[in-house]
Amino acid sequence: MRVALFITCLVDAMYPRVGQATVQLLERLGYDVDVPLRQTCCGQMHTNTGYADQAVPLVRQHADVFAGYDAIVAPSASCVGSVRHQHAALAARSGDDGLRRAAAAVAERTYELSEFLVNVHGSVDVGAYYPHRVTYHPTCHSLRLLRVGDRPLRLLHAVRGLDLVDLPDADVCCGFGGTFALKNADVSAAMLADKTASVLSTGAAVCTAGDSSCLMHIGGGLSRDGASVRTVHLAEILAST
Amino acid sequence: MTAFLGMPARAPRGVGQLRGDLPFPAAAREALGNAQLRSNLGRATATIRAKRAAVVDEVPDWAGLRAAGAAIKDAVLADLGSHLIRLEEQVVAHGGRVHWARDANEANRIVTDLVRATGERDVVKVKSMTTQEIGLNEALAEAGISAWETDLAELIVQLADDRPSHILVPAIHRNRTEIRDIFRREMGRVGVPAPPHLSEDPHELAEAARLHLRARFLTARVAISGANFAVAETGTLAVVESEGNGRMCLTLPETLITVMGIEKVVPTWRDLEVYLQLLPRSSTGERMNPYTSMWTGVHPGDGPLEFHLVLLDNGRSATLADPHGRAALRCIRCSACLNVCPVYERVGGHAYGSVYPGPIGAVLSPQLTGAKDNPSLPFASSLCGACYDVCPVAIDIPTMLVHLRSEVVAASGPKPERAAMAGVSWVMRRPRLYTVALRLSRVARLFGRRGAIRRLPPPLSAWTRTRDLPLPPAETFRDWWVRTHGSP
Amino acid sequence: MNAREEILARIAAAVPRPVQVEIPRDYRAAGGEGRGSADVLALLEDRLVDYRATVHRVGPDDVHSRITAVLTGAGIGTVVLPAGFPAPWSPTAVRVVADEPALTPGALAGLDGVLTTCRIAVAETGTIVLDGGQGQGRRALSLVPDFHLVVVRAEQVVASVPDAVAELDPVRAMTWISGPSATSDIELQRVEGVHGPRRLHVLLVFP
Repeated sequence: MRVALFITCLVDAMYPRVGQATVQLLERLGYDVDVPLRQTCCGQMHTNTGYADQAVPLVRQHADVFAGYDAIVAPSASCVGSVRHQHAALAARSGDDGLRRAAAAVAERTYELSEFLVNVHGSVDVGAYYPHRVTYHPTCHSLRLLRVGDRPLRLLHAVRGLDLVDLPDADVCCGFGGTFALKNADVSAAMLADKTASVLSTGAAVCTAGDSSCLMHIGGGLSRDGASVRTVHLAEILAST
Repeated sequence: MTAFLGMPARAPRGVGQLRGDLPFPAAAREALGNAQLRSNLGRATATIRAKRAAVVDEVPDWAGLRAAGAAIKDAVLADLGSHLIRLEEQVVAHGGRVHWARDANEANRIVTDLVRATGERDVVKVKSMTTQEIGLNEALAEAGISAWETDLAELIVQLADDRPSHILVPAIHRNRTEIRDIFRREMGRVGVPAPPHLSEDPHELAEAARLHLRARFLTARVAISGANFAVAETGTLAVVESEGNGRMCLTLPETLITVMGIEKVVPTWRDLEVYLQLLPRSSTGERMNPYTSMWTGVHPGDGPLEFHLVLLDNGRSATLADPHGRAALRCIRCSACLNVCPVYERVGGHAYGSVYPGPIGAVLSPQLTGAKDNPSLPFASSLCGACYDVCPVAIDIPTMLVHLRSEVVAASGPKPERAAMAGVSWVMRRPRLYTVALRLSRVARLFGRRGAIRRLPPPLSAWTRTRDLPLPPAETFRDWWVRTHGSP
Repeated sequence: MNAREEILARIAAAVPRPVQVEIPRDYRAAGGEGRGSADVLALLEDRLVDYRATVHRVGPDDVHSRITAVLTGAGIGTVVLPAGFPAPWSPTAVRVVADEPALTPGALAGLDGVLTTCRIAVAETGTIVLDGGQGQGRRALSLVPDFHLVVVRAEQVVASVPDAVAELDPVRAMTWISGPSATSDIELQRVEGVHGPRRLHVLLVFP
């Protein structure tokens, strides 16, 4: 099976360790991983900020880069959500039927990491060992856009040594929301304050999630408050042995 | 030539309440500073969320009802004119009169003239979002007519000279102590005073409202209401409520004037079997609201002798014209989306500037007024999707917000942002350049202190005011990949 | 162009090609089992009690005596009885007032209570529907007095909202009643008793 890593622009620039972990994990599970280097960004930031016309060429590029792979895996529910739920409309906006077909073909073979592991790979035990107290924040796009359900939790439960603690009000948004965090910084910060308080109340040493963007937000709040809780992507935990 | 052939006809400026004085972020900042407000809202929305979840979970066919609820409204919107004509025929056939209002001003004029014709100077009102939207009370006041709100929450808002902040519970921003103080201070000024020693027990407060309004109900000769549903095939109007103030207004006066948005029509009587299950469970979290009144024209010997139905456009036909936005007209005003919205919960309804706050307001208000008049509302969301999940008529609010953002940008996008977005997109279309740009962004490492970036210039200062940013690592992922897995 | 013509023209311009929208009815339709069954009656009672209504179960021979007992027990001195209320059920030991000629709102407010029958009841939602038929009276009767005793016969109780909608005549003036009047306007905490009858008693007549 030819698996392509859709690295996402944020991970590429800011969290290479998440990409490295994803590669290590997939290779350990026996997949031949390819990283097409012409990939850049799915265009979600442009789309969600109101610049759909600027996003269309990025959709075209994404569809072109990832054509022909059996599976495309990303360590981000949000970016997969964009590919799966926004690219079709953006392609339709372009009026180009070829793009519409290409985007649809890529979208249906694109998986968020936990989806890929549970549904395609078919196992929740990926042989990980992570002896820490961990709480899991289900990001909005994994929960309500992709509906990954309890897949990440099942994966975490199977990690040896991991002490999983419930996060209170887990399903409430952390307040990131892309450019929302800048355009409505005060509301965003108020939402974040409640989220970090929830995280701290668990006594966990690590807060994990399936999106580096939300973790960057939560981690940014924890760091500013001087809290010692670390934010670690799900892929990093699953890659640990 | 008439307006409809050119620009869609939006709700006019200078009347009603669809536009705020401040952009959302500024209004939200003020609201966030009000600790009392946040605690009132937090408690109330948490209560209602839990109640709703419990009574929705017990309905085995909720998904089926939701799909039907959405489709019925879509069917109406696909052929709205025919349904309105049918409704008009039926209402008239049963002794009612139908008036059409292009906008708020026209609706206010129609209602004012109807009240004037009765010779009355006082009218009682059932809680109605539509009449709030058009500023009817203010218009009546200018004509020397006093409109008395009879819903408990509306009464609180009116007595306090406040603005509603929630679709269902307009005084949700007030707690019991504040309400007691308002009753004690204001009731006597306009009518029957609050009982001496009124406590803050909700039972006593409800009792005070009962005593205050009793005489008004028994002597009122004209009532004004909105409508939750109007059945085209039969001409039947429906109002759902809890307190009985609605029944009082709909039953006791001689003249009833109902102001209804044109999107409230449903095709058949049978369709109510769907909405009467969806609405109460979604709104108050009850299996059924205490009272639902249904009437068809005039019923001899039972209720008003005269019935007027005012059909209001006020930007609805313009909303209908946008295929990506028209689903907002499915809304049945349950307010479930407000109660689950993390943004609404923290800032309350006033920050939205419109009588329609929360997620639905963020998509409805800019469409009624045109995006230009409400440019900040489509951005008043983190797109978390909680609203879509609970919407009983499956309005995909997040997708609609994104669509409206592009409308705002097309109409009036800020220039620096437009340039930045275009620049980033330009680079992202060129993988080699993008790779270099990522590498160059490592320069941000220079701004770090103690392993994080704690301060950045505007507009990124909005982030670093309350949050750290991590330092970009020395090596990008793609450089690592090339280094470890082969050449580019 | 008048307002009506203009609005209709705007609508026509907004949706130039009206399309037929299929309405999926994948929900429990009318005609479910259980009309008047023990399960359905138990469900109705449970819902009514949940709304803080008071439910009295009674056999067909004891309706009159129980009505009288409920009214006197509730301290009701005068009660208004709508036209067509079954004469054998008419209470004794309580002053009974007729709505002929029609009582003014003020006069209604001076009465202690109202006694009616109903058109249909919905178990799942705890709803009792009055449509102004025999024994139910015009809408104001069951509204202004502070106490409402309604007689529901077992065979009038259906399971679901669709069951009721299928049977009702939409062009009658209707009131759907689910418990005593209530409000959630203060901190979203439900409080029973505002403008409508603060006490709702339901006499459930078993065959």
